[in-house]
Amino acid sequence: MIEVKNLFKSFDGKEVLHDITTTFYNGKVNQIIGQSGSGKTVLMKCTIGLYRADSGEVMYDGRNIVNMTTDEVKKLHQEVGMLFQGSALFDSQTVLENVMFPLEMFSNMTQKEIEARAKFCLSRVNIDPVAFKLAPSEISGGMQKRVAIARAIALNPKYLFCDEPNSGLDPVTSIVIDKLIAEITQEYDITTVVNTHDMNSIMETGDNIVLIRKGNKAWQGSRNDIFSSDNEALNDFVFASQLFKEVKAAQSR
Amino acid sequence: MLLTRIMLVEFFKTIGRYAQLMGRTFSKPDSWKMFWRMMPREMAKLGVDTIGIIVIISLFIGVIMTMQTVMNTENPMLPRYSTGLVLRDTLLLEFSSSIMCLLLAGKVGSNIASEIGSMRITEQIDALEVMGVNSASYLILPKIVGLVLFMPVLVILSSFLGLAGGMGVAYFTDLITLDDFIYGIQYAFIPFYLTQAIIKSFFFGFIISSVSAFYGYFAYGGALDVGRASTNAVVNSSILILLSNIVLTQILLN
Repeated sequence: MIEVKNLFKSFDGKEVLHDITTTFYNGKVNQIIGQSGSGKTVLMKCTIGLYRADSGEVMYDGRNIVNMTTDEVKKLHQEVGMLFQGSALFDSQTVLENVMFPLEMFSNMTQKEIEARAKFCLSRVNIDPVAFKLAPSEISGGMQKRVAIARAIALNPKYLFCDEPNSGLDPVTSIVIDKLIAEITQEYDITTVVNTHDMNSIMETGDNIVLIRKGNKAWQGSRNDIFSSDNEALNDFVFASQLFKEVKAAQSR
Repeated sequence: MLLTRIMLVEFFKTIGRYAQLMGRTFSKPDSWKMFWRMMPREMAKLGVDTIGIIVIISLFIGVIMTMQTVMNTENPMLPRYSTGLVLRDTLLLEFSSSIMCLLLAGKVGSNIASEIGSMRITEQIDALEVMGVNSASYLILPKIVGLVLFMPVLVILSSFLGLAGGMGVAYFTDLITLDDFIYGIQYAFIPFYLTQAIIKSFFFGFIISSVSAFYGYFAYGGALDVGRASTNAVVNSSILILLSNIVLTQILLN
């Protein structure tokens, strides 16, 4: 579980996050949603420790990352897996080497065990063994995301962060990635935080959703609460689409 | 006045960031196994792959310098062997140790800056950090160690090839006899000149790799910014090589 308490963050005197307090639960897909520029990526990066918050607390099962030294943050990061928006696979390594990388850095396994674990992770995300020896640039965007998920889970993380996992993907592949993230969250009982503004994702997998608007937490709830909520910020965001407006109107009838 | 102050603040900020980055770079690697795997690869990529251009440039410079020296120093007071002597000392003292490093700053420096800069803008460096890897040490240290260790090889190779070029002129033309040329390159040889060239190459190798890595590491934005970082890396490492060359020459020759 990750608890964020009274988090503030500014850049060059401009406040980007204002007094954010929320909780990301274990075994659930926690989503940070909001418009582009609302501050959700900054919230995620402050939560991970890539940006240092101006004030407030981010408690990883009781451990406050904001007060940690660089070495302590590094140690905590070994319990964290992350899927980046652009996958962030290492160009100079093959698909298999990318997944083996964290194991080679931080595990005491033999080379054989490392390879076996990496292959297991890749098969878990349905990557064909033919692709193991390919470079990241030789596989599709959807496959790159799946390889990045395999790399993120290689060290059995307690916390998984996904920054816009569906960006640049077609709707079918997006659903595959969403389902994969949800399955892995439950299978490994990890705290997953997904940064998204994709409505399909939100309605498919959002167990615990935090809406950020202009740097403030505007709403929190589950996907089942969305249609019944009369929160103005939420309605502005969700029902910006005519389709969802009609769905809500149909539901209220 | 205000502009000077702003520039000074920026200058010291840059020095501070560079020092901080080097502090992180020279901290203990997270995995020695990975370091020993990466270092020879970097040595091959930054050093061995540069041999081709070193061969071409050094040979031609040796040829041209020999021809120029013979044709522009027609003085009966000058001994015939002076061409070999001039070429040898010029190669060892300046061309192979300094000018060659300026050329390498262009090739190797832009390579390092654009590689690390691309990793920065595609979030690969963030990915390393989130995994708990010291990205500076993992990415930059093998490059610095690899290049610094390989630089003396390039400098010595360049000197020999320059001399070979000059020897080629002596052999294939009648500008100077081969005997005079060989006598010249052996005459009054001071072995410390070779030591000096090697010492300089260590410093210049460090400047090229660390300064280029610095500009790549702090690149942000898009492809254009990586290009800008690459240009800054080449320009600034060249300036630093020229400045440190004055200081090193002063120290070493005294």
